Amino acid sequence: MSRRRIEPVQVVRLRRDNALKALVEGVPYIRMLGITFDRRGDELTAVLPFDDILIGNPALPALHGGVTAAFLEVTAIVVLSWTIAWENMENGHRGVDEWNPGHLPRMPKTIDFATDYLRSGLPRDAYARAKVNRSGRRYASVHVEAWQDNRERLFAQGTGHFVMPSAND
Amino acid sequence: MTEKTPEFKAKLARQFMEAIPHSRHLGMRLDHLEGGIAEISMPYDKKLVGDPETGVIHGGAVSALMDTCSGAAVMSHPEGLVGTATIDLRIDYMRPATPGHQIRARAECYHVTRSVAFVRATAFDEDEDRPVATATGAFTVDRPAAGGAK
Repeated sequence: MSRRRIEPVQVVRLRRDNALKALVEGVPYIRMLGITFDRRGDELTAVLPFDDILIGNPALPALHGGVTAAFLEVTAIVVLSWTIAWENMENGHRGVDEWNPGHLPRMPKTIDFATDYLRSGLPRDAYARAKVNRSGRRYASVHVEAWQDNRERLFAQGTGHFVMPSAND
Repeated sequence: MTEKTPEFKAKLARQFMEAIPHSRHLGMRLDHLEGGIAEISMPYDKKLVGDPETGVIHGGAVSALMDTCSGAAVMSHPEGLVGTATIDLRIDYMRPATPGHQIRARAECYHVTRSVAFVRATAFDEDEDRPVATATGAFTVDRPAAGGAK
């Protein structure tokens, strides 16, 4: 067995960007909502650009509560999948290199998701970050925070539980 | 207001529902609305898929359906509320919805206090005996201004 060589930064960056792209762009529902992900190292920020189709209350106007819940849940699933992918990449497993929008890894499955609506979602872009508080062999617990103009003023937060994709799936 | 017949209220709530851009975008249809109970269906659509390999709808789309249905149930409560917003909504996913089939949600606003409405909801596909998801939520209560004062 040969020792691991230090790879050129372009190779590492391309691998990470491609893995993230596959996780996000392969899912029609994420594309429909227009959610994208910014990456800084292993940290992801979900971005939901405002669009008229996301409105729930035209009189205010405000984001649909279902959109807010979906945005948090999408963020939780992508970040959890990304965390698993990151560990594989760091440990030298190159299966990630085979991913593309038509060939995805098994995804975690949502058991439950609770959304806490702190204030109404304004007709602006929204952002979210998720923290995997517990990730075991079978189950994971993920907390998500979402904000709009001001990082300190959350408009929603949520917690979800997930069944991890099993190795033999 | 003189027209407070159930038919009038149902029509009003239906128009309100159909005027929700996101719900309209997902093709939601109000099937029943009366006395704090709402039934809304959402057709299967490829753009809602969360798992491209199986074609199963994303949980987020089910959340949007549950939230819309729960809000409609609150609005149709006999106490005659004029507005509502979600405070909290928890969804339990029992099983993946069968690809190709519509999803139907039924929500019941089972208790209203001066300031909070409590709702539970269930979502089904073609198999009526096995729910796809259940939800419980708390919603704000906007009452009509008393005596016309603001």
